[in-house]
Amino acid sequence: MAIVPNPHKTTGVLGWIDDRFPLTKLWKDHLTEYYAPKNFNFWYYFGSLALLVLVNQLLTGIFLTMHYKPDAAQAWDSVEYIMRDVPWGNVIRYLHSTGASAFFIVVFLHMYRGLLYGSYRKPRELIWVFGMLIFFVLMAEAFCGYVLPWGQMSYWGAQVIISLFGAIPKIGPDIVVWVQGDYIPSDATLNRLFSFHVIMLPFILVGLVVAHLIALHEVGSNNPDGVEIKKHKDPVTKIPLDGIGFHPYYTVKDLVGIGVFLMIFLGVVLFAPDGGGYFIEKPNFIPANPLVTPEHITPAWYFGTFYAILRAIPDKLMGVIGMFGAVLILFALPWLDRSPVKSIRYKGPIFKIALALFTVAFVVLCYLGLQPPSPMGTLLSRIGTFIYFAFFILMPWYSAIDKTKPEPERVTG
Amino acid sequence: MKRLFIALAGLTLSASAFANSGHPLPFAFTPDTANLPSVQRGARDYMAYCSGCHSMKHLRYSRIAQDLGIPEDLVKKNLMFTTDKIGDHIISSMPVVQAQQWFGQAPPDLTVETRARGADWVYSYLNSFYVDESRPVGVNNLVLPGASMPHVLWELQGWQVKSEAKAEASHGEAHGTGLELAQPGKLSPEEYKKFTADLTNFMVYAAEPGRAQRVALGPKVILYLLVLTWLFYALKKEFWKDIH
Repeated sequence: MAIVPNPHKTTGVLGWIDDRFPLTKLWKDHLTEYYAPKNFNFWYYFGSLALLVLVNQLLTGIFLTMHYKPDAAQAWDSVEYIMRDVPWGNVIRYLHSTGASAFFIVVFLHMYRGLLYGSYRKPRELIWVFGMLIFFVLMAEAFCGYVLPWGQMSYWGAQVIISLFGAIPKIGPDIVVWVQGDYIPSDATLNRLFSFHVIMLPFILVGLVVAHLIALHEVGSNNPDGVEIKKHKDPVTKIPLDGIGFHPYYTVKDLVGIGVFLMIFLGVVLFAPDGGGYFIEKPNFIPANPLVTPEHITPAWYFGTFYAILRAIPDKLMGVIGMFGAVLILFALPWLDRSPVKSIRYKGPIFKIALALFTVAFVVLCYLGLQPPSPMGTLLSRIGTFIYFAFFILMPWYSAIDKTKPEPERVTG
Repeated sequence: MKRLFIALAGLTLSASAFANSGHPLPFAFTPDTANLPSVQRGARDYMAYCSGCHSMKHLRYSRIAQDLGIPEDLVKKNLMFTTDKIGDHIISSMPVVQAQQWFGQAPPDLTVETRARGADWVYSYLNSFYVDESRPVGVNNLVLPGASMPHVLWELQGWQVKSEAKAEASHGEAHGTGLELAQPGKLSPEEYKKFTADLTNFMVYAAEPGRAQRVALGPKVILYLLVLTWLFYALKKEFWKDIH
């Protein structure tokens, strides 16, 4: 099929542009004539919110980069400079630091929505895979950003995470030195993590977000009923009967979500930007000191689950494999679920119990990952790790035998 | 589904409640940086008693003047001992290398101390010095055992000693130091507590001078968003009228 310039036959200035660039076509294909199911519920706000937070991170990041010094001797001071001498610098910094936590909150909820309604199932496997790549890059991005203030937690967090590479047999220790550019985290480490944080990873991230959206718009959105709206189209207009134009219907609906989200987000930014020590940890108000190890080295809260899995497994190499495996196994989800239905609304009791157990395990592991190690914590972490992996590994079996309810033909509103 | 979320919410809340239980400090302290006279007194006392050893290398004298409503010439005359430039940072005149030899470590910079340790901790620390002849400086501290800092404020507080009876009485309780005033200072115990409260308030201010400005912005932003969200909601309702 050849590309036809200006398929919508616009005229005037717009026509001149459309003859040369598919402006009207893009607008229609992705907004006004992208038909989304009309029955989106609360869970469907988090995709657009993730985009909003991404924009917030990019914009505030630009201003922070103007004043931040990627230098082990100056980084910490430059952050305090931003906090004090840059007009509204404290708010810009908190928008960025709280934005990181907000990013993970909305992304976790966005992914959970996928779990609830089977949004990863055929034909949306690649949307899920792109989404998981976004999640993976986001974790790397957050880690690099976390190191930049060069406080005690930045420094020792970097030390712990980079030392994980040391678990690789034989070449591990050399890889650690190669990644750090030094024998301990140092100026060289800070500089390269800064480079990753402001150039490489955001570049990849934005590219993946575009791919995520292109894949979504190719196959169309799933919905809380998990039925395909493209099965029932208007015979004349070919528009799905249960579909409504993304613009204006979902743009105005998402604006409501954005309003509510901003109230909560800016409430935290302006009134409690430390998030009770979870969004900015207390030890990060002490400059990095390679000679003094903080009492408890904890990862940022959004890594808690994966950190707990790392600690639950006694062997270091197996722990590292378990931790990365916990993220990587999510990629396989579209091929693990063999249920005849997509949505939890029509799935049977086994899946509901499995998902409930997984959810509890995820939250409990996240909590345990932030606590100092204890015998009870280790035991619970092991049970949680077992449930976490069992949820995925046993899914091909339990999702196939589960007693499902019949799916409706059309969405139920 | 709903029950699942209620259970999850409960779990998350109990987790955050657990997270706050640490080693109990002898005193709780709620900073009040809106109490301008207290912060001003704290600034004066910090310069008089603390700044000789402890820098606040990120705080400028001019910022204090501006934020605390103190005329610059008064700041210059009464608060500045190591510089005559109002835009300078608060840098102690203590040489670092010698300080390390004298105390074992150089006195730390205190600009963001209340954020690193908490206002509770700073207030408790200032109230928890007691006589301990085994220490090189003759005193120890309940919340920082083995502290290398002498009790600089002894003239004001006097000397506290560990009291067996009081320690017994306060055993297992979160509050009270179990310390007894053996030799009173210039200030009464109540006056000394007020003095340290002023100091802590100033240090909380110094840890984020822009805090008041940030918090003041909050209600305006929320109010604006309330109106905006209501408009968005009305817009959504209007557009969705014909969707069934």
